[in-house]
This record gives sequence, structure tokens and C-alpha cells, in this order.
Amino acid sequence: MNKWENNRAWLLTIPVLIIVAFSAIIPLMTVVNYSVQDIFGPGQRIFVGTEMFRSVLHDYRLRDALWRQFLFSGLVLLIEMPLGVLIALAMPKKGWSVSLALVVLALPLLIPWNTIGTIWMIFTRPDIGLFGATINNVLGIPFDHTASPIDAWITLMLMEVWHWTPLVALLAYAGLRAIPDVYYQAAKIDGASPWATFRYIQLPKMRGVLTIALLLRFMDSFLIYAEPFVLTGGGPGNSTTFLSIYLVKLAVGQFDLGTAAAFSLIYFLIVEVLCFLFYQALQNVGKGANP
Amino acid sequence: MARIEFDDVAHSYLRNPQKEMDYAIKTIRNVWDDGGAYALLGPSGCGKTTLLNIISGLLTPTKGRVLYNGIDVTALPPEKRNIAQVFQFPVLYDTMTVYENLAFPLQNRRMGKIEIDQRVHEVAEILDLTAFLKHKAAGLAADAKQKISLGRGLVRSDVAAILFDEPLTVIDPHLKWHLRRKLKEIHEQLKLTLIYVTHDQMEALTFAEKVVIMYEGEIVQTGTPEELFENPEHKFVGFFIGSPGMNFLRCRLDGNVVYVDGERIKLEAKTADAAQKALGELELGIRPKYLEVSSTPVENGLAAIVKNIEDLGSYKIVTILFNDKTLYARLPEDIPVARGKAWIVFPPQKIKLYSDGRLLK
Amino acid sequence: MDIVLDGVSKIVNGEKHINNITLKIESDTTNVVLGHTLAGKTSLLRLMAGLDRPTTGQIVMEGKDVTGLSVRKRSVAMVYQQFVNYPSMSVYNNIASPLKMSGLSASDIDQKVRKVAAMLHIDNLLDRLPAELSGGQQQRTAIARALVKDSELLLLDEPLVNLDYKLREELQVELQDIFKERNAIVVYTTTEPSEALMLGGNIVVLDEGRVLQTGATPYVYHHPATTRVAQVFSDPPINYLPGVVHGRVARLGQGIDIPMEGHLESVPDGKYIFGVRPNHLFLTNGSGNKAEIRTKVALAEINGSETFIHVSHGDTHLVVQEDGIHPRHIGSDLAVYVNPCNFFVYNETGHLLASPFQCE
Repeated sequence: MNKWENNRAWLLTIPVLIIVAFSAIIPLMTVVNYSVQDIFGPGQRIFVGTEMFRSVLHDYRLRDALWRQFLFSGLVLLIEMPLGVLIALAMPKKGWSVSLALVVLALPLLIPWNTIGTIWMIFTRPDIGLFGATINNVLGIPFDHTASPIDAWITLMLMEVWHWTPLVALLAYAGLRAIPDVYYQAAKIDGASPWATFRYIQLPKMRGVLTIALLLRFMDSFLIYAEPFVLTGGGPGNSTTFLSIYLVKLAVGQFDLGTAAAFSLIYFLIVEVLCFLFYQALQNVGKGANP
Repeated sequence: MARIEFDDVAHSYLRNPQKEMDYAIKTIRNVWDDGGAYALLGPSGCGKTTLLNIISGLLTPTKGRVLYNGIDVTALPPEKRNIAQVFQFPVLYDTMTVYENLAFPLQNRRMGKIEIDQRVHEVAEILDLTAFLKHKAAGLAADAKQKISLGRGLVRSDVAAILFDEPLTVIDPHLKWHLRRKLKEIHEQLKLTLIYVTHDQMEALTFAEKVVIMYEGEIVQTGTPEELFENPEHKFVGFFIGSPGMNFLRCRLDGNVVYVDGERIKLEAKTADAAQKALGELELGIRPKYLEVSSTPVENGLAAIVKNIEDLGSYKIVTILFNDKTLYARLPEDIPVARGKAWIVFPPQKIKLYSDGRLLK
Repeated sequence: MDIVLDGVSKIVNGEKHINNITLKIESDTTNVVLGHTLAGKTSLLRLMAGLDRPTTGQIVMEGKDVTGLSVRKRSVAMVYQQFVNYPSMSVYNNIASPLKMSGLSASDIDQKVRKVAAMLHIDNLLDRLPAELSGGQQQRTAIARALVKDSELLLLDEPLVNLDYKLREELQVELQDIFKERNAIVVYTTTEPSEALMLGGNIVVLDEGRVLQTGATPYVYHHPATTRVAQVFSDPPINYLPGVVHGRVARLGQGIDIPMEGHLESVPDGKYIFGVRPNHLFLTNGSGNKAEIRTKVALAEINGSETFIHVSHGDTHLVVQEDGIHPRHIGSDLAVYVNPCNFFVYNETGHLLASPFQCE
């Protein structure tokens, strides 16, 4: 339906447009501006064209950070999506326990992100952390996320899954609740097993919400900053230096604004393209052409 | 094939039902014969879907027993009862083709591949779906989808009964004819027990051999379409069956005659006899089809005024003012009648007398 | 106030939902738009209301071009199939809602609301919420809300289709009376021919986005201009038999000879399609029935007071509608009689050449 009326309510959006212009569009233009310059200090800059982009693409540390980032996002999606759906399936459907379950599930989502990093950092410390002390002293397994890259990754994944799986679960739960009862009744009558009911009724009908969950989790995990920074600072060494952490190091640590700006744009493009591909793939699943 | 019995079944959606009002289904005792085609007819909210779900096992009744061929199945879930149900709107597995949809119930029961293939083709043939077997089920029209839902029930050769919950709701009127005919053909061919829930009398009467009329959780009358039309045992049946419903007039009995607002109407001897035992107030019922109307004076005719005539193609509905009461008559298209003064006749053999809403006989 | 649609089309994603419609609707009339689902009835109504803008063409109300005018500025009221009411407002407030914007005094609003509620028999339900009402009552509330505005255009999109069959009968009669009292254009869509005949007025037969025929409802029923119109405007479906006219005799189907008399006299030699309604096929050979059709019974459906017998004559399926109960076995032979004066004659492109007059 196309709205073609002359509606003066549109004028009310001007304040929003101004704010968005200031906080998003103009800074974005600034980044584009910087990406074609080499900046030595405030006031000292020369125009270098696409040289920044070329140097970015050759930077081996950037490429390592990129692979690490892909690995991280991949693991996140692989774990959180199925886990979230399983939790949604297990949640109660009626009565007071529904509200209780929803509140408990939402709690991790409400905590500020750097606080989450701090919580897990302390939780896994071998000396005072509940988890760290138990594993090291009671179970005798050496575990130190500040020393071992594997331990750091394990801690990161645990933190990330604990933090964000509830979002996937809540979205999947909403999708499940929207399925009319008759489908389950028909499946019962057809003698379908719980797995068949899941595969042929629940999963297809959750396609919409799962697409949203997938896109959100991909974008957020690909852009992640606060939690790993607080937890490990990017270490030990470079083992948990993800893209945004590296970018901040470039821009703020080394004041290499030109390079950082150039890479920011490439970063932005990667996320856009991948989201687009994911979305198209999911929209076309289950849609076959009729012969 | 199954003979289904209801033994004092009652159902309430409340946890602790106290009064009769709390029950959606109030103590029903009924038998559905093996291989019969039944319609469960009644207005919205009368409990017909609840009853259907009790038969299929999707709902366990609060009280009473459900028996299949004499065996108590009250506690059995639907998949163990060998029934199939077709719902109000088509319920399909969207990701599957038509073939896969039809094969699904058989696959779940671990049938051999060759047998499944044979069965699916047989059923597709019966339902005229053979050309669509390779299509994705989601892309078809509503009537084809409902046929697939029906097919999933037919494909199981051990199916005892097929239950229909207002299945033609989403179908275009001109396609309803084809589907109803299909259902009848299937009934003739396969001799399955079919129970069809609807609020549309046309569907019920054309489909069923016997119609069960429900009202407010109770079975009011069971009979063939003709019995329900000619001898409605309850005022509600007279009202609900027939388009328009039966006309009712309060009257007073005097020997072989009744008086309606002072006007004298003759009765048949047996109608008059039955009425002698009546205790409550009497009401005269006559179907619009049998009420005779003429624009010229007739013998035994009572004066009335024709207020409105509606031409409905093959028949006319005439609105008549009789003293201060409104009556409807249904006349064939070729009988001439005009607005204004008219004479109506109540044929004695078509008059029914009711007391307290029940037919006197 | 009248409405004129001039060359109106609506194309959505390459599909023509409305295909070049030119239509004039007079003021103070009840108009029924009859068509199958997806014929374009809802699209047409939305264009008339101003909810959608036509891709091409103009809509003119009372001489003024309103094609670009938003629905809020038009005097329009609409009732939908799915009883649409504000769920959190009482019935009273639901009905009063269109008036609150119009600046009337509270007592004026009260008077109008109560009057319309009484007309629709919901005056005892005014302080209930829609969720507490039955389907019929909810729909009456929606209708009341549409009527209280006294708008010049009242649009109803299959408003009774989701109701109980008996409730539908009741409301059809009530609506008829309500429409008569209004000084508005009423446009009512439906898929059921019987509903169209019940409401009377004028009819617009719509099929695949095109107007096939318009006119007074009884007239169009008795003179369907094309085979398609007869199909859409028939319940049960009209029977068609192909035939060839040679000399003064028509040979239909397999060996059925019809003398070309009466209204059939003017039909020249050639190939035609003969149409006859189910209630004009008879099981007994009464007077005037000059032709016999040999058929095999496919199915007999008994309605309580009438029987519909589905038969086949060679490859053609026919439906016979007879009063009374006439059970027949499937596969049995059945002779069906017809009076030639009941035939519609259509030429090979489907246009009406001859239609039956009142026969003796």
C-alpha cells in the first residue's frame, strides 16, 4: 500500500534526522575522508588516495584478526542457534511458569556488556574465581585464561553463549507460540514422531524468527568489542584480538587514523555483504519452483 | 471401519465444574454406526467441535466413555485410534510436495516403500490429484489443499473413521459442489464412517445420511434430512433446518381446531389428539414451503397482507403480515403473487403443534 | 451523489488485479459486486474507498476528481469480513469513535450511537468489550460503527461470510431494511449468488478484474450476457450442452433434438452452447417438455425438501434440481426432461443470443 498523502506529520521527524545526521552520517563521512589520507598528527596529513586500502589488504596482522573473527562468529552461530531453539522447545507453554522462565532467560541480556566481561574474568580466575578455583584446585585441571590461548577461547565462548543464547531462545519461543494448534493436532493424527513434528512443522514455521536471530547474532558477534576486551584485552598475545579490538589499537593506540578508517569501511562492507547473503539464502530455503 | 459409541459423555473446560452451565457438552449418549455418513449440525458455540475432538481423541472428556467397536478408547491418544481429521483450514506440511504429504502418515507407520507408492497413487487418483503429485503443496489452491488433507486420512487403509471440522469454510461456493460430490463418492466407494461438523444446513443435509442436531451442548434430534424437515421434534430444529426456518404462532386449542388471534385454523385429527395432552402453551408451526399464498380469494383462506416478495431465482420468499405477526412463505418461481391483500391457507396435514418447544405427537 | 470509475486499473507486481474498469454507480442504490474469490472485489472496494490508488484511470465522485484524495477526506465507511473492532474499547466507544473526530457535542453523539445500536439490536451490549461478544454481535458492532457516520459511501466486503449460516440469514434481512433507509451508495461484495438475489438492487458481475455485466439484479439473473456470467451467477452451477442448429431443429449433446420455437426462432443455423438452469430440468414428463435427455446418475443429494441429482450425459455433467425427495442409485439410467423455452443460447464466443421468457 503506498501512502501518497501530504501528511504534515513527516515534519516531526526532522529532529530525528538532524540527530542521525550528526551522530552517524557526518562521522561516517569523516571516516571516508580519513581513509584516503595519511595522518601523522593533528593538522599533519597528506592525501594518499587508495594507498591506505592497499596497505590494509596486505597487513598480515589484520588478516589474522579477520580469520579469528570468522572463527569466532562461526562458533557462536553453530552453538547459539541450535541451543536457543532447544531451550525454546523446552520452555513451558502455559501458566505462571511461563513468566518465570521468560524473566530468568532475559536476565543475562540485561547486564551491561563490560560488566559481563568483568564477571567472567573474575569467575574464571584460578585464585578467587568460583569456576577457576574449582577447576584448578578441586578437579586438578590447569586452567588459566590469561596464560593459555585455548583456555581464553573457552572462557570467551562460555561467556558469549551465556550472554546471548537467551536472545535466540526468546525469538524462537515467540515463533513457536505463533504456530496454530491445528498443526500439532494434524501431526498427532498422522502419527508423526516428535522429531518429524519438529522438522516438518516447527522448523519451517520458525523460519522468519530464526532469520532475524541469525542476522542479529552474526552482526553482533562480528562486531564484538567490550566483552573480549575486558576479559582478555586481546591476549594472551594476539590469540583473542578480534577485528574491532585491532581496529581500536590502530586508531587510538597507534593513532593510525588513515589505515583504521580504510579498514573500518572494508569491515562495514564485509558485514553488509554477508548479511545480505545470509538473508537471501534463508528466504529461499523451502521455496521450490513448481514444475 | 468402526462403530463409535458415546456412553454418558460430558465435558467441561473448567477445572471444577459445578453447575450444568459449566459443561460444554452435557451428558450425551449416542451411537454412530459403522460406515455411516453423519453430519453434526448446530450454531456456533453449540459444542460440535468439542464433540468431534472427543471422538478423535484430541480431547479427553471430563466424564463418560468413548467406545470403538465396543472397546473403551477414552484414554487412547489420536494416533492410536485410527482416525483421520480434516480441519477448517488446510493443514499441510509446507516444505513437502503433494506426494510426500500423502505418504507422510504411512511413512510414520513404517510401511514399505512400494506399498506406500501404490497407496499414494490410488488415493491421488480418487481425489484427482495425480497431476499435482510432484508440486510443492504450499503453492496450490485452497480446495486442492483440503483434498490433500483429506488424502492423508484416506491413505491409511486401516482408518476407522474420518472426521471433518467445517472443512469447506475456505472454499469458494462453486467449488464446494465438487468437493461435496467427491466426499459422497468416497463414501459410496470406500464405505468409511464419516462424521462431518458444520453450521451450514445445506452442507449437512446434502452430505449426510443422518444428521445430528446440536444445541447448547446437547443432541436435540437425530434423523435423516427428510425426517428433520418434515418432523422437527424441537422448535430449534424447525428454526434451524430450512431456509427460511419454520414459522411459529401462538395458538389455543379447541377440539379439532386452533385459534390464532381469533382466526380459526383446522387441524388433522391426529394432530388435534396429540395436542389434548399438552400442558404448556401451544405453538403452531408450519414450514414456509407449505404455507399457501394466493392473491385471489381461496376457500379456507385467511386474510393477510403480502409485504414483500424476493425473487431468488428458482423460488420466491414472500413476507406476509398476518394480523400483527410476520410469516414467511417459500413459493416456486412460477406461482404469481403480488403485494397487498392476499389469502393464506395452512394445510392441516402440514401443521405441527409444539408445547414448551417440543413436538406433540 | 454518484461515483464514476473511468478506465481504472490496478496493477500489482505485474498482475492486473483490476483491468480497465469503467463503471457508474448512482446515488441511493444498493449495489452488489458478485464474483469468485480473487476476482478483484476487495481490490475494487479499496480503490473506491481511497485506501489504494489506481495505477491508471480516474475516480470521480459527484463530478469531483477524487483519485488523489486520501481516504480520510472522503465520506466513506467500510465493513470487513473479519469483524474489526477496537479491542480495548467498549461497544459504545467503538461505535462513537468515528464521531469523536467530527466535533459533535457529547449529547449528539450519544443520540446517534443509541439510534444505530437499536437498529442493529445491540443496544443492550453497549458497555461490553468486543472480546466478550459472539461473532454475530461483533460484526453488528462493526456495521454500527460504519453506519453511525452517515457517510455517502458505505462499503461492505463479504461482511457475513464468517458468520453462522442462520445468523447470515437474519442479518441479510436486517441489512436490506437498513440499506433502504439510507441515503447512501451501498456497495456490497459477495461470492454467493443467493446473497446477491436476496439483497436485490443492482449487480456488478466481476471476473478476473473485469466487469462482465451490470444491471438490475433480477434482470441480470434472467439475462446473463455471457456463459461466464451465467456460471458466476448460478448456484448450483448452470448446465451447458453444446449443440448445432440446422433447419428448425437443434441437436444437442448426443441425440437430443429440440425444436427451435418461441424465443429460439431467431437463432440462425450454426454451432452454439445451450444453457439451462438445474431447476428447469425435470424428472417427469410434464406438459411443455418437448425433449428428453438420457443420462446416468452420478450422485443424488437430498436437502430435506429438494433433491439435487448429478447426472452425466456422455461427457457432460449436468445437475437437476427437483422438489421433494427422489433418491436414485448411482449408475442407474435416468431420463431428464426439458422444455425448450427454458434454454439460454450462447454463440461460440460465449455471448447471449436468446434467453427464456415466461413460459406456459
